[in-house]
Amino acid sequence: MPIYTKEQAQALLKKVLSYSKAEECEVNLGGSEGGNVRYALNAVSTAGDISTVGLSVTSVYGKKAGSATIDQFDDASLERVVRRSEELAQLAPENSEYMPMLGPSDFKEAITYNANTAAMTPESRAEMVGKSLEVTRQAKLFAAGFLENSTGFSAVMNSKGLFAYNKSSDVTFSVTTRNEGGTISGYAARGFTDVSKLDTASATRVACMKANASAGARAIEPGKYTVILEPVAATYMLENMFRFDARSAEEGRSFLSKKGGGTRLGEQLVDPKVTIYSDPFNPDLPGSTWGGDGQPREKTVWIDKGVVKNLSYSRFWAQKKGVAPLPGPSNIIMEGGDATLEDLIKSTEKGILVSRLWYIRMVDPQSLLLTGLTRDGTFYIENGKIMFPVKNFRFNESPVIMLNNLEALGKTERSISVESYRSYMIPPMKIRDFTFSSLSDAV
Amino acid sequence: MRRRDFIYLTGFGAGAMMLPSLDGFGKNIDAQQALEGVDVRIKKELADAGLNAAKGAGASYADVRIGRYLNQFVITRENRVLNVANTESYGVGIRVIANGCWGFAATNEVTKEGIAKTAKRAVAVAKANAKLGSAPVQLAPQKGYGEVSWKTPIEKNAFEVPIKEKVDLLLGANAAAISTGADFVNSMIFAVNEQKYFASTDGSYIDQDIHRIYPNFTVTKRDVAQNAFETRRSLSSPMGMGYEYLIPSASEKVTGITTRYKKRYDMLEDIKYATKQAAEKISSKSVDPGKYDLVLDPSHLWLTIHESVGHPTELDRVLGYEANFAGTSFLTLDKWKSGKFNFGSKQVNIVGDKTQVGSLGAVGYDDEGVACKKWDIIKDGTLVNYQAIRDQAHIIGLKESQGCCYAQSWQDVQFQRMPNVSLQPGKAALSVDDMIKNVEKGIYIIGDGSFSIDQQRYNFQFGGQLFYEIKDGKIAGMLNNVAYQANTQEFWNSCAQVCDDRDYRLGGSFNDGKGQPSQSSAVSHGSSTARFNGVNVINTKRKIG
Repeated sequence: MPIYTKEQAQALLKKVLSYSKAEECEVNLGGSEGGNVRYALNAVSTAGDISTVGLSVTSVYGKKAGSATIDQFDDASLERVVRRSEELAQLAPENSEYMPMLGPSDFKEAITYNANTAAMTPESRAEMVGKSLEVTRQAKLFAAGFLENSTGFSAVMNSKGLFAYNKSSDVTFSVTTRNEGGTISGYAARGFTDVSKLDTASATRVACMKANASAGARAIEPGKYTVILEPVAATYMLENMFRFDARSAEEGRSFLSKKGGGTRLGEQLVDPKVTIYSDPFNPDLPGSTWGGDGQPREKTVWIDKGVVKNLSYSRFWAQKKGVAPLPGPSNIIMEGGDATLEDLIKSTEKGILVSRLWYIRMVDPQSLLLTGLTRDGTFYIENGKIMFPVKNFRFNESPVIMLNNLEALGKTERSISVESYRSYMIPPMKIRDFTFSSLSDAV
Repeated sequence: MRRRDFIYLTGFGAGAMMLPSLDGFGKNIDAQQALEGVDVRIKKELADAGLNAAKGAGASYADVRIGRYLNQFVITRENRVLNVANTESYGVGIRVIANGCWGFAATNEVTKEGIAKTAKRAVAVAKANAKLGSAPVQLAPQKGYGEVSWKTPIEKNAFEVPIKEKVDLLLGANAAAISTGADFVNSMIFAVNEQKYFASTDGSYIDQDIHRIYPNFTVTKRDVAQNAFETRRSLSSPMGMGYEYLIPSASEKVTGITTRYKKRYDMLEDIKYATKQAAEKISSKSVDPGKYDLVLDPSHLWLTIHESVGHPTELDRVLGYEANFAGTSFLTLDKWKSGKFNFGSKQVNIVGDKTQVGSLGAVGYDDEGVACKKWDIIKDGTLVNYQAIRDQAHIIGLKESQGCCYAQSWQDVQFQRMPNVSLQPGKAALSVDDMIKNVEKGIYIIGDGSFSIDQQRYNFQFGGQLFYEIKDGKIAGMLNNVAYQANTQEFWNSCAQVCDDRDYRLGGSFNDGKGQPSQSSAVSHGSSTARFNGVNVINTKRKIG
């Protein structure tokens, strides 16, 4: 039984806590079930169906904590795991930054669970992949794709009366289409809480269109260009700056550190068109309603009209600095405008349309300089029209510099980072002076 | 790919003691529990329950992997311990072929009933996907080995070393860094023990006990007035060894402008150098972009080998199985078939080797029951082979797999992963000092830094930890903000010299990402110091206002 109801989880956690003799005790319970289909060369390569559930106990004496887990839930096993965590806590060194456990809070009901997604089966996954393959075969192309769904729950209870429970579902789909010779390539990715919103055939048609349009890519000189980043490209670029951590900023080792000391809280960091917030109750991208240490999560604005509005404070760091603790984001939403991607293209005199970015890595954490490459559909724009496909570029650019060079934003949509597979709400964006440093022969 | 998640999860900077859940790394357990094994007779009975259930449900082939994955993290920052956690993940993964198609299912219900039920789920998955019309899986023949076992040849089991000893080492290293001027220091020891049991319908019952260890630190020095900071990470390598790796030995040190390490690591010594060098980096000269001859230390070159040789010679990438994620490869089958594709200069000899003692990828048998081996991939600069598993072997005319199959845990399906891929030492006697003497305008790079390469492995960019300018055959001082960009084939053709085997060392990755869902594997890459002529170097300094 990998998915416990709130009541089932509560009953089990209470029982575990009843065995505790420690000064403080916290019990976490979590489980998931789901599956995936991976395909390539228009055929399934691997497919899986996985279910797991586990329980962990943390016991604390003073500032000494120890943890142990188990996945057998008979009474004797439950008592044994509590005793183990207590023994480990007695052996553990003190952590001077340990913070006492929190008491009860009123956590609002999360909106992360969806019954349609939870009901997916190997057959329904195969059917959705079949629809994608049908589109690719009709287009006389070859698809490589991945469909994955997961439903899970997590619950926590501690000896101070805290109890929290979340249940969630998620499905992601991505597909790359290429021709037999590997001279063209297109990509599409989608992610939803509710699988009924996922149309694998439609997404695959977009990938096929991109692939066909990428034929005969020309080499143009690297340099600074106006770029239009589709949401998938913008998402992967920006997720590298979505850690608004106060401590690292105050310690002088973050892009949010200030010359002479302190943070850039309250300062204009990027263009006034940029507003970034998190909200666990966003219906298109719901998130967890509680943080890892039992703090409730609410809507939090991180950047408001380009100004750094909030930084996240751990409970220890908040106490040290005399401010209220603020948990980090469970999701990220960037406000956009009304323009469509087509509108952004139409308004561009000369520029490059970027469908996807790849292999982004940090070059310099001080400036947040990143390097990576374009991929699966890069096009030259002139006088508001896509003129021809171009060969891929390597870029060296900072998302902070990029958001200072922001010309326009399109409509916000749910998008997937192509490496972390985390979902975000990000608009397409037009950026001037984006730095491409060299050409890549890769297709 | 997962490395960033790993760093996030292990709590660098998080300041949290508790580690209630570590997805992908298992669950917390106590130290004593980590030392208790599972009886091999019981594992065989459980595996047989899975194999029989799979056959009964219509599988033409099945393998069962019963995995117990133990990790231990000891994580510190400055003068305090952030995390001490022993984690365990225990369960069963079952892979089958039914109706010519692969299916996979996994469970942590390690009972005969749970395993039998899971085997039937795997068959159901295969049958559901067989309806999509795939070409039948073609497996290379593999003899059954019967009941065999293999163990990493360790001298000291890291899980048996008291936590206090590890804490004392790390806090001692941190104190050494702070006392020599570091503003911040993080350090950790990460130990892994994979207890893997593999059984298949071919008649193999393989019990393996695999150990790996990764000690490392990051020292940070800042200049608040200038809002500048620099770091230097440890020059240790993750190794397929026990705790003996952390017992320093003079004979395993490579001295020079800084000290580097072979099969024994001296953390206390390395952290003192690191603190001094992090401070030196802040005030060092920013590089003038242009063409330089690069002298690349093995602590750096391993990563270039990994990205530009290891990944493009994976046969699944060549064929297109990674096209949706990590990409394909410029080393297409026609280049291999020609038998004369010029990958690099004549100095470039690269082997795949899963038998190398001390390496991260060393095992007796891979995760589909194939005994491991060593083979040529690049011979005198020419592409001669790839890395393959059982269902790919026929594509490149092999009669048997090269043993490159691996899954990160019992709950992940096994697929083609990189073996240790290493540059062979030069045959002529050549020291690093002799190599540098002949460089007029160059940069000597030590340690790995940022890394990025395109989806077909042509265009890459690498940073590093330490950069030293070479002028007229002599080291002229430290440089900063250095990264080099090149095309893989041009880069390896610019390889002019490789030092001999006295300088040979292993570097490696504990968390190399690939696949969907993304999986992590550990792999080593050996080399001696090598020289590459006329490589494009860029300056990475930017201001964000």
